[in-house]
Amino acid sequence: MKLISVLFTTMVFIFLSACDTNPYKHGEIMYQNFCASCHMDDGTGLEGNIPPLAGADYITQHRSNLACIIRYGMQDTISVNGIIYNNAMPGVPQLTDFEIANILNYINHSWGNDYGFVTIDEVRASLEKCKQ
Amino acid sequence: MRIFLYLSLLIFIAACNSKPAGLPILSKQHEVDGKLVYDTIPSFSFINQDSQIIDKSTVAGKAYITDFFFISCPTICPIMQQNMLSIQNRFLEEDKLLLISHSIDPKRDSVVRLKQYAVNLGAVPDKWHMVTGKKDEIYEIADDYFNLVLEDPTLPDGFDHSGRLILVDQNAHIRAYCNGTDSTAVKAFISSIETFLHDEID
Ligand code: HEC
Repeated sequence: MKLISVLFTTMVFIFLSACDTNPYKHGEIMYQNFCASCHMDDGTGLEGNIPPLAGADYITQHRSNLACIIRYGMQDTISVNGIIYNNAMPGVPQLTDFEIANILNYINHSWGNDYGFVTIDEVRASLEKCKQ
Repeated sequence: MRIFLYLSLLIFIAACNSKPAGLPILSKQHEVDGKLVYDTIPSFSFINQDSQIIDKSTVAGKAYITDFFFISCPTICPIMQQNMLSIQNRFLEEDKLLLISHSIDPKRDSVVRLKQYAVNLGAVPDKWHMVTGKKDEIYEIADDYFNLVLEDPTLPDGFDHSGRLILVDQNAHIRAYCNGTDSTAVKAFISSIETFLHDEID
């Protein structure tokens, strides 16, 4: 009897995890931990002060800078979807190249974004350019 | 079988025990001549994003929602302020309700920076005041508003602060508060504000 219920629970678990099709789970967790407090769970940012990542033209136009923004932060005046932002974003230097790639892939495939896959080589090439 | 009986009894009791209308006063009490009276928010004087003085006369006869934040805060403030924004917009027509956000980082959050931040955010002038002032006075009044603010350079924020949103009534009593980062709590808080306005202001 016990064995059956254990088996059953295991099966349920396997089924449930099979249904969870989000391939960017790790990126999602990292995003939650390091980015969502400012850019929000739904990627919309904060009105006029923190730019959105959901549907953001900036992301498609600055693909090769994004890894650098995550690692070193930015303090600039930028336009995202026609709105000007000029608050500072702190970098997150402790993230590895892989973690940055995972976050970018999560962003590129969330909230209706369909901005393509970012490879680890691409991330490394970007980071090489802004190495500090 | 029996468990179901108990359960339905419990549900029944819980249903009967619905709170009476009206919000309680949550301020602490102290004794005056042997009688307990509620603490009130002490007087204050701060400066808002339009360089106006914000003090008790600003809130005379009005209720307000208040919180503590700073512009470059990387942790809880953006979501708190987003929730403050939806509260502002939900009660835009209600002139008896104001919003006051205190910067706990007066060194960096100058009036000019606050103005820029407020305009970008869509804070309505004379409705939502972003205030700065003497650091000690801001930190002290935080305590009266059930908020904790401490400088702590070891934290990523540089500050240890609680993200509560507070409803203060026209008599300077605290009537409701919530964790400003928790969307379910904020929803309940908004309905408390509605109850309060309906019962005591409108
Ligand atoms: C403290 C708040 C904060 C945190 C935390 C934060 N950002 Fe930002 N982010 C900003 C601000 C503010 C800007 C605009 C910077 C500027 O104007 O120079 C920005 C800009 C950006 C941009 C470029 C503009 C856009 O919207 O496309 C990207 C991409 C970005 N952030 C991604 C991230 C990622 C990924 C993380 C997590 C690793 C993160 N941010 C964490 C505040 C933050």
